[in-house]
Amino acid sequence: MSDLRRTPFYDHHVAAGARLVPFAGFEMPVQYAGLKPEHLATRASCGLFDVSHMGEVRVRGPKAEDALMWLLSNAIRRLQPGKAQYNAMCNHEGGVVDDVFVYREGPEDFMVCVNAANRAKDFQWMVDNNPHGAELVDEGDDWAQVAIQGPTAVDVVAGLTDLPVRDFARHDHRRGTFAGVEGCLVARTGYTGEDGFEVFVPATDAAPIWPAIVEAGAPHGLVPVGLGARDTLRLEAGNCLYGHELDATTSPLSAGLGWITKVKKPGGFIGCEAIVARRDAGTDRVLVGFQVDGKRIARDGMPILVDDTTVGTVTSGTRGPSVDAPIGLAYVDRAHSEVGTELTIDVRGRMATAHVVKTPFI
Amino acid sequence: MNVPSDLQYTEHDEWIRVEGNTLTIGISDYAQDQLGEIVHIELPEVGDTIASGDAACEVESVKAVAEVYSPVSGTVVAVNEDLDDEPEKVNEDPYGSWLVKIETDEALSGTMDAAAYTAKIS
Repeated sequence: MSDLRRTPFYDHHVAAGARLVPFAGFEMPVQYAGLKPEHLATRASCGLFDVSHMGEVRVRGPKAEDALMWLLSNAIRRLQPGKAQYNAMCNHEGGVVDDVFVYREGPEDFMVCVNAANRAKDFQWMVDNNPHGAELVDEGDDWAQVAIQGPTAVDVVAGLTDLPVRDFARHDHRRGTFAGVEGCLVARTGYTGEDGFEVFVPATDAAPIWPAIVEAGAPHGLVPVGLGARDTLRLEAGNCLYGHELDATTSPLSAGLGWITKVKKPGGFIGCEAIVARRDAGTDRVLVGFQVDGKRIARDGMPILVDDTTVGTVTSGTRGPSVDAPIGLAYVDRAHSEVGTELTIDVRGRMATAHVVKTPFI
Repeated sequence: MNVPSDLQYTEHDEWIRVEGNTLTIGISDYAQDQLGEIVHIELPEVGDTIASGDAACEVESVKAVAEVYSPVSGTVVAVNEDLDDEPEKVNEDPYGSWLVKIETDEALSGTMDAAAYTAKIS
């Protein structure tokens, strides 16, 4: 795997005996102690995740707010400095280019965190769709990033910074010194369904903070967690993953992201008209959660049938360690999307029965 | 990795014990480690006929599905029903948790001994 990039924490993963895999062009830890113990520890105490592979785009200047109002689906104009906001960046057909988190650091200063697999695509899209003339800087290589998630995460983070993190509301963020490194952005955000923090650390100073967090976290039950458990955690929380629930063909409304898709915002946004047209046509499939009866796991791409007719497709599936059952997300025809609907899933040629359930699963 | 010396091994990481006309098949310690926590095992029915090279079982973990192949043609004479409710036993004790027993007239070929298998997985 010599042509893969490494995060600043790579040596620590190797020293911890992590199993490393290629992901989005990086050599990343998929597991340390094991998927199930890492997952359960995150929900019981605290997990530490290396998410440095994700990208960051700085959007700056007097036109920054206008530019992001146009590029993104949510009400950027109402986003206050010191707060973060989930957004969909859509294309002209009403599909999703990426789902992103926006951290507003000032009236004219935003940091947009993008999915690792979409770094180059997203930056190019923003450059190509910047009629307002905001300043755009790809800061992806400048930042390392860790996530500390779980009920004891606040105790771990409070012990590593003087920032008043115990008083941070969800989605609050501030700049400060973290684990001895200045200029970090500490945010009460996360992807696992637990309370927690994500910390952006200047990449050149980042490497030593991993063992510092592990040491500070030991009395609070902190364990390192890889991408494998990150996926089971986010799935139990009902969170979308780009490339599965979201892609260039899926409308954010189909994916249940109407709450971040402000179709009435003045000036609209890229894809708004198409999203509304598709909504009014009513023919798009909708995203549902399901639980399989029995033990078999339904996986991404498996067809879903009702009375021998294909009515949908699985987008993500696993056995959730906290739910202790096979669960997943799927797009199905609207007529079969109500909670309680019985579905048939073609699992490698053998049919399994499942039921539509509410999300999150936990 | 545990590789008992009294068993035969295949390139698909199965172990085989030969007792007269009956082959007992399971998956190796290396295989269970690669798979991770096993959540479900699809076993054949007693009485099923199997052709050499067919998949006799499917072993499913959270991250992968692996097929377990029969190296001979024959008839399934027993399946380990304990694994229906406790598939994770294969992780805990891969050599004590057999999957299927197959009765056959064929001689076993194309397998390797413990030393050769150890070399393969190293």
